[in-house]
Amino acid sequence: MGWAIAIHGGAGDIPLSLPPEKRLPREAGLRRCLEVGIAALKARNHPLDVVELVVRELENHPNFNAGKGSVLTTTGTVEMEACIMDGKTMKCGAVSGVSTVVNAISLARLVMEKTSHIYLAFDGAEAFARDQGLETVEMSHFITPENIERLKQAQEADRVQIDYTQPIQKETPKDAAVADGDSQIGTVGCVAVDNEGNLATATSTGGLVNKMVGRIGDTPVIGAGTYANHLCAVSATGRGEAIIRGTVARDVAAVMEFKGISLKEAAAYVIDRVPPGTAGLIAVSSTGEIAMPFNTTGMFRACATEDGYSEIAIWDSTSK
Amino acid sequence: MGGWAIAVHGGAGVDPNLPKERQEEAKRLLTRCLDIGISALRSNLSAIDVVELVVRQLETDPLFNSGRGSALTENGTVEMEASIMDGPKRRCGAVSGLSTVKNPVSLARLVMDKSPHSYLAFLGAEEFAKKQGVELVDNEYFITEDNVGMLKLAKEANSILFDYRIPTIGTCGAGAAAMDSPLQMNGLPISVYAPETVGCVVVDKEGRCAAATSTGGLMNKMTGRIGDSPLIGSGTYACELCGVSCTGEGEAIIRSTLAREVAAVMEYKGLRLHEAVDFVIKNRLDEGKAGVIAVSKNGEVACGFNTTGMFRGCATEDGFMEVGVW
Repeated sequence: MGWAIAIHGGAGDIPLSLPPEKRLPREAGLRRCLEVGIAALKARNHPLDVVELVVRELENHPNFNAGKGSVLTTTGTVEMEACIMDGKTMKCGAVSGVSTVVNAISLARLVMEKTSHIYLAFDGAEAFARDQGLETVEMSHFITPENIERLKQAQEADRVQIDYTQPIQKETPKDAAVADGDSQIGTVGCVAVDNEGNLATATSTGGLVNKMVGRIGDTPVIGAGTYANHLCAVSATGRGEAIIRGTVARDVAAVMEFKGISLKEAAAYVIDRVPPGTAGLIAVSSTGEIAMPFNTTGMFRACATEDGYSEIAIWDSTSK
Repeated sequence: MGGWAIAVHGGAGVDPNLPKERQEEAKRLLTRCLDIGISALRSNLSAIDVVELVVRQLETDPLFNSGRGSALTENGTVEMEASIMDGPKRRCGAVSGLSTVKNPVSLARLVMDKSPHSYLAFLGAEEFAKKQGVELVDNEYFITEDNVGMLKLAKEANSILFDYRIPTIGTCGAGAAAMDSPLQMNGLPISVYAPETVGCVVVDKEGRCAAATSTGGLMNKMTGRIGDSPLIGSGTYACELCGVSCTGEGEAIIRSTLAREVAAVMEYKGLRLHEAVDFVIKNRLDEGKAGVIAVSKNGEVACGFNTTGMFRGCATEDGFMEVGVW
């Protein structure tokens, strides 16, 4: 077997009519981040380094809901969270409520490696970041005009969105693209396995549009949005509350182990059991299998394996 | 089979040199909480109401590490966290970083029932608490003399680690105990770092399971540190099959998603409750130290721990009742 890698840029009700100006930059972003991951794996970097590196790239990309481009809380601020886990050692690190750290995933890694704790949040996480000399900026760095608009729409509609709604063009009616008002860019993630079976996962997000200040989602909750052990590495995306209740990431590995089924079957099984339209995930197994199931309209995703296969997709191949 | 069942805990990992009076005090508190839970169950309160009621009692009493009597952060303040889960639809609520909310478990319940989210923390959680009109107090309310002394010992232990001489302290003899007992939790003397998180699991007459856990966290923790207690799947879990609450080394419980594990082996391996609890304690903790209490929808109750002792109590509708430390 060889190495394998998968990345995602969020699952949700991504409209099939997504206009090119919204679709192309994200596809390009996925392509570039995938290439960064592939190059790192080819250079025989450890999967833990690979997933951190790739998620840093996704965080820096302004069109995904993580780092720069994070969605906004109900008060217009940014509160980011991230999580990283090593499948072999089961060491993990998580952060929440981060507002000035350029790369939350790197802060999560430092929590894992430089403290005896697993999870730091809010002021404590920010103070630790400064202690560690991580790059910090003004919160405005992360805020994009798109997200200011999303927040405005969500507040007008008075709802919490997993994702984004097509910015309402005054000339065109609110169409099928925003049928139930929610469409997803939420969360980014990366899972990787090297040719020795070492597994790692990393997830990062700005959370839900218009979320309450202090709201924590599934991303930093080990076993919900992020999980890795000796069998597989998983990163989930979607409606945080459903993923927490469904302990999604943990269940993929549990089902593989206890039912003795393949990664693909386990991943599909778990996604089937969360309410439709609420979740997607990416996963790799210790034997180089990849799975990217979702029960939403679409999921921004990409994957590649050492034998040369690669794929970038948004919707089901059947739905086009 | 069938009928209600309840279990409570006040932490896994007990200092073997804990003075007899403290042990008796703990058993009295556990008994009192069990009685309150049993009364409630006999009055047909649902499992979710009973776990909240019982954990509130444990938070209000300063004996264990939750609510009043919480362990202190490195800054000498209190930051509490809790979570609650309702088996039937797996609804859940969690809070972290609370410093003025008198009963964290009740705020977790409000997050579950009254907010669109599952987990709120720090300032956002405190804001929500204000809006919900829950009882708020000064941070000082939660701080006990005992714990101020413990924090001091913890800081000394941290800086000296394995080679220490801690002067005997009058009130609880923790200093002498620390010298005599090489037992550790979280890599540090158990006399200072005993987790004493609290929790309750209940199955009511209708077979509905619920679980709740509450804690001040790790003594001398970094401010902002979150442990296993508020993490669904780690410190707390409930589903159609069972209700589980864990306590011990937080990082070990998180890494092994311990509470979810009990339910997963029941669901996927078909193990009974006792077997499931034994299995996870034996096989999922590696070097970690923790304890678990659990109930099943069939009215069974089980406790398991790989620590030296766990403050616990359990009772079932057929009259069985037991409170223990070792």
